[in-house]
Amino acid sequence: MNLPVIIKFVIDLLAVLLLALGIKGLSKVKSARDANRLAAFAMSLSVIGLLSYYLGTSGIAIESWIWIIIGSIIGSLFGAILAKKVPMTSMPETVALFNGCGGMSSLLVALGVAIFPVSGGQENFDFFKSLINEVSISVSIFVGAITFTGSIVAMAKLQGWLSTPGWTQSKVRHFVNIVFAVASLIAFFDLINGNTSSIWLLVIVSSLLGIGVTLPIGGADMPVVISLLNSYSGIAAAAAGFVVDSQLLIVAGAMVGAAGLILTQVMCKGMNRSLVSVLFGGSLSAQSTASSGSAEYTNITSCSVEECALTLEAANKVIIVPGYGLAVAQAQHTLREVTKKLEQNGIEVVYAIHPVAGRMPGHMNVLLAEADVPYEQLKEMDVVNPDFPATDVVLVLGANDVVNPQAKNDSSSPLYGMPVLDVQEARTVFVIKRGMSAGYSGIKNDLFDLSNTSMVFGDAKKVLNDLIGELKDLGVGEK
Amino acid sequence: MSFISLLWVLLLGSLLGLELIGKVPPTLHTPLMSGANAISGITMLAALTLIVKAEGNVPLLIIGSVSLGFALFNVVGGFFVTDRMLAMFSRKPSNKK
Repeated sequence: MNLPVIIKFVIDLLAVLLLALGIKGLSKVKSARDANRLAAFAMSLSVIGLLSYYLGTSGIAIESWIWIIIGSIIGSLFGAILAKKVPMTSMPETVALFNGCGGMSSLLVALGVAIFPVSGGQENFDFFKSLINEVSISVSIFVGAITFTGSIVAMAKLQGWLSTPGWTQSKVRHFVNIVFAVASLIAFFDLINGNTSSIWLLVIVSSLLGIGVTLPIGGADMPVVISLLNSYSGIAAAAAGFVVDSQLLIVAGAMVGAAGLILTQVMCKGMNRSLVSVLFGGSLSAQSTASSGSAEYTNITSCSVEECALTLEAANKVIIVPGYGLAVAQAQHTLREVTKKLEQNGIEVVYAIHPVAGRMPGHMNVLLAEADVPYEQLKEMDVVNPDFPATDVVLVLGANDVVNPQAKNDSSSPLYGMPVLDVQEARTVFVIKRGMSAGYSGIKNDLFDLSNTSMVFGDAKKVLNDLIGELKDLGVGEK
Repeated sequence: MSFISLLWVLLLGSLLGLELIGKVPPTLHTPLMSGANAISGITMLAALTLIVKAEGNVPLLIIGSVSLGFALFNVVGGFFVTDRMLAMFSRKPSNKK
């Protein structure tokens, strides 16, 4: 072993160690931020290790440097700008987009190696000589393409650019996806047999498969899909590691792939759904249209902001249930002002966080943390559920499916079995909502029909602003 | 490296990943996902290798460069966005005083 090899070996080992520590630290609140920086440092280290290895052995040509610099600057710049500019509310879409680009990168590497194996006449690229390389190229392309198109579709759906087309809810989609899957397999084996041209077939069909699998999924299942796609991008990276013969890539990719699978499992558990039903069950709304018998609301009580303020003033204990509507209205800071006033009046305020409130687990925590809500006031579902009977007022802010009592009471409901917040147990429930439209799942919410529920119609931010005014008039929080 | 030893690496890496995440509080689901996502941009090393070994093959250089761009978009954006999210959690204790 010569020196560059030894140096690279040591740096790689160090990078793997730091990456592992990073992932570990990211799963604890206290260490998470440092862990993230540690992982970022490990990644930079790995680049230095690789470049120094090539400098010490074959050397790096000027033209290579030029293309390295061009690619790095453009990619980093766009990534940094997007990361800085994007509002906290669009985190899920952003993660999906980043993830898709990681998949695209693995896909391109494999394509590059596959298309130009001998074109330069160098022996560097006789990768195609061995079966193993053909397999790893195919896997890298297959998984990379699925990750890319799947993530882009997920992003577009979360952004609202894309809705769930009707045909994807029928059985047809299973047929279509099976066709894509079989076609990918054929292309896969054709490629391994040495037919290089079928690489394009593989790219196209696996891209379509990514779209076909993600498109029918909707509602609260979206975060699970993003997490799963994240796991895929790790697998794609590991496959690319086999292509270019890099242990570091394989370890890091495998770690992300496995950790992503565990995270996906944890998320599924939070929703009481199995991964299989998320992937193949279709979106909830489609199933619910069948049981449309109870789709009409019969007993809606709407009330003014003033009434709401009066009730809040008289309360001892208030629980806030935030949801995606809060994120859309960007009302987290206004909400914080309202609760500050209530607290100054000696009213106990707690936030009930459903595991899948918003469009991504932890979405609400991030949002409320941005508005300086103390961490201790955020209560998880299992902790807060026994408290509802002793609660005077519940404010539901843009949450819908996660407070639907159907999930407990109606075994015919598609939501049945999903753990929900038992807000109806409280004395009074105010639901602040723009209109009577259904939640993301498209299912009627029985909560709205209950006699202790009042609807306050309006944009969350505007209603909360009015609420601050009303509370001021009542002299709340002004001592 | 022989294929078999690479398979060992794959196996051990997977086991490590399974082991690393035990109990994650729901608060951290999003940051963890986004942090792990940034790490999956490690394919940038593969893109770099491609560029270095391209030996003047321009189409290959371009593919490598684009691939590197995508990967770094993933890495840089992913770590920044994760840091932004986590900054909001760690800010809490100091503010309460």
